[in-house]
Amino acid sequence: MSIFLNKNNKVIVQGITGSEGSKHTARMLAAGTNVVGGVNARKAGTTVKHDDQHGSPVELPVFGSVKEAMAETGADTSIVFVPPAFTKDAVVEAIESEIGLVVVITEGVPVQDSAEFWALAQSKKDSNGNQITRIIGPNCPGIITPGEALVGITPANITGKGGVGLVSKSGTLTYQMMYELRDLGFSTAIGIGGDPVIGTTHIDALAAFEADPETKAIVMIGEIGGDAEERAAEFIKNNVTKPVVGYVAGFTAPEGKTMGHAGAIVSGSSGTAQAKKEALEAAGVKVGKTPSETAHLLRSVYPKHEAPSAL
Amino acid sequence: MDLFEYQARDLFEAHGVPVLAGIVAHTPEEAKAAAEKIGGVTVVKAQVKVGGRGKAGGVKVAKSADEAFEHAQKILGMDIKGHTVKKVMIAQGADIAEEYYFSVLLDRSNRNYLAMCSVEGGMEIEQLAVERPDALAKVPVDPATGIDQAKANEIVEAAGFAPELREKVADVIVRLWDVFKGEDATLVEVNPLVKTGSGDIVALDGKVSLDENASFRHKDHEELADKDSEDPLEAKAKALDLNYVKLDGEVGIIGNGAGLVMSTLDVVAYAGEKHGNVKPANFLDIGGGASAEVMANGLSIILGDDQVKSVFVNVFGGITACDAVANGIVGALSKLGDTANKPLVVRLDGNNVDEGRRILHEANHPLVTLAENMDQGADKAAELANSSNSVK
Repeated sequence: MSIFLNKNNKVIVQGITGSEGSKHTARMLAAGTNVVGGVNARKAGTTVKHDDQHGSPVELPVFGSVKEAMAETGADTSIVFVPPAFTKDAVVEAIESEIGLVVVITEGVPVQDSAEFWALAQSKKDSNGNQITRIIGPNCPGIITPGEALVGITPANITGKGGVGLVSKSGTLTYQMMYELRDLGFSTAIGIGGDPVIGTTHIDALAAFEADPETKAIVMIGEIGGDAEERAAEFIKNNVTKPVVGYVAGFTAPEGKTMGHAGAIVSGSSGTAQAKKEALEAAGVKVGKTPSETAHLLRSVYPKHEAPSAL
Repeated sequence: MDLFEYQARDLFEAHGVPVLAGIVAHTPEEAKAAAEKIGGVTVVKAQVKVGGRGKAGGVKVAKSADEAFEHAQKILGMDIKGHTVKKVMIAQGADIAEEYYFSVLLDRSNRNYLAMCSVEGGMEIEQLAVERPDALAKVPVDPATGIDQAKANEIVEAAGFAPELREKVADVIVRLWDVFKGEDATLVEVNPLVKTGSGDIVALDGKVSLDENASFRHKDHEELADKDSEDPLEAKAKALDLNYVKLDGEVGIIGNGAGLVMSTLDVVAYAGEKHGNVKPANFLDIGGGASAEVMANGLSIILGDDQVKSVFVNVFGGITACDAVANGIVGALSKLGDTANKPLVVRLDGNNVDEGRRILHEANHPLVTLAENMDQGADKAAELANSSNSVK
C-alpha cells in the first residue's frame, strides 16, 4: 500500500509537449509510472515518443481536452506543467472533468487563482459527499511511491520502497530526507508545496499515512509562514498513533521577507519556526534541529522489527 | 509587495473608491506646492510601510501651504521604527463625523478570503480584535463568487451599520473588492473609512499588499516597487533573476531549493554558536539548474557583500546531478578569476555525488574545501568565517 498513488494510477500530462512536461514525462515513464497520454489543445491528434521503464519505445497520444483524454485512456490522474498564466484554466479543466487526482508542479501561480480552483474543487462532491478531485500543489515536487509510480519531479533513484511516510512543504528537503533515510525506504513521499494556498495539506497526508498499513513512521517537514504546522500538531495529538518526527526550516528568517517560496514569510509574530516547533513538541512530536538530526530521531522511533536490517 | 499609502490611494481612486485629494512629495518645496494645489487645510503624512506613524509625529495638520512646508521639513528624514521617511503625502483635510474599519484579505488557513468590518474604526484593529471582538464582524468570502452586492450587504449588516448608512457603505465595499480582485491583492485595508460631515463615505487611509506572482498580468505594478529602499545587492540579484535576500552575517550561502536554503541558514547559525557567533549572510536559492553561469552570478553577488568572510555552497543533486553542479562551481571560479577571494566550502549529495566530488578534487582549487555532509560543511564555513574575523 501507499497513499494517494500506486502503480495502477493512469496518468495524463497537461503540458506534455512543453520542455518541462516533455522532460519529466520521460522521467516519470522511466520510474515506472503508467503515463497514458497528454493534453494540448493545439496539438490534439499528434503523439509524443518516449521510452518506458525497460527502454522500449512508447508513443503517447495528445488529446484536445482532459475529458477526452480520460474517456479514451481511462486516466484517473493528471500532472500540470503549464506556465503560471495558464495554470488556473488547466486545473479548472481537470476538476470539471472530475479527475481523481491533479498534481500541480507549476511555481509562481497567482494566489487568487489557487484560491479559485480550490473553491471549485471543494464544491464538486460525489454522492457520498466526498470531494471528487484531490489537488496536490501548486509549487510542489509532486508525489512518489517508490518502486511503483512517480507523479512529479522528485528524483526516482534516491531510495526505494519502505516504511517511512514523508510529507513536506519543500522539494529539496524532501530529497534530502529521502537520501538521509535511504536505507529504510519510503511508502510514499509527498511534497505539498510552499505556496500560501495549496490543495493537499500536512493534515490530509498525516491522516492517510495513519491509515496506510505499509507506513510505519512519519516525517513531517514544515517551514515558516501560515499556521499549517500548528494545526497539523493539533491533528497529530488527537488522531495519529504512529511515530511522527518533525523538522521546521527558517529559524533564522527575518520578519517580513519572503524566503524563496511565496508562502514562506514571517508576518509580525506569526508563522515563526519557533512557534511551529513548540506546537509540534507540545503534541509529542520530536523535532530535529537539522535535517540529519531529524533523520536520527526518525531512526530512534522507527519500529525495530520493521527496519530492513532485522529482516 | 506592500504599497505606500499614496499608492493605495491612487489604486482606490482608479477603481472608483471615494478618496480625498492626495499628492506625494519628496521635498518641502514639493509639499508646499501640493498644499497650494489642494487648497485649504491639508495633512502632511509620512509615507512609511509601518504602523504607528501618528504617535511618532509623522502626521501633522497644516493650515496653510507654508505650514505644510514646515511640517514636511520636519517629517522628511524622520526615523519611524527603523524606517526613514523619504516621502510625504499631502492630503486634503477631512471633516470626520465617524470612523469605521474595513478590510478584505487572503485567509491562508481557510484557503478563502476574509472580510472584516467595524463601525469602530480609527484604532489599531489588532487591539480592537482583542479588546472588543464583538465589535469586529468577520465574514468569510468565497473566492468563486467574491463580494457582490448581496455579500456587501451581509458585511455591513454584520458590522452593525445603521440602516440608512448600509447602502452607501456597501457600495464602497463592492468597489474595494474590485481593487482586491482587479489588482490581485492579498490585502486591502481601509482604516479609517469615514463618514464626513456631509454624510459621504470616504476611504481616508489605505493599506494594500499585492501578489508578486500575479505581476505577469499587471505590468503597471512594477513601477510601484520601492526602489529607493531596496538593498543594492538585492536589486543586483533581482536583475540577474536570482532569488536572494540580504541578511546580517558573515557566512555567504548558496543552495538549491527554498526549503534546503532556509535549512542551511539555520544549520550555519547553529554552527556559528561555536565559532564566534558568526551568522548566515544571505539567502540565495539558485534553483534546480545549477549551471556555471548561475553559479558565477550567485557567487559574484555574495562576494560583493563586504561582510562575507566565507561561503557555504550546499547543493542536493536531484534533476541537476552533482557532476553538473561541480562543473558549474569550477566554471564559475575560473570565470570570476581573482575576484573570487574568499574560502568556499562545498557540500554535494545526491545524484552522481562521487563524480561531482571527483571533479572538485581534480580541479584542486585553493579556495575550495569539500565537506562530507551538511552539518560538517556548515561547521567548516563558520570556522573559516570566524578565523578570518579574528585575524583582523
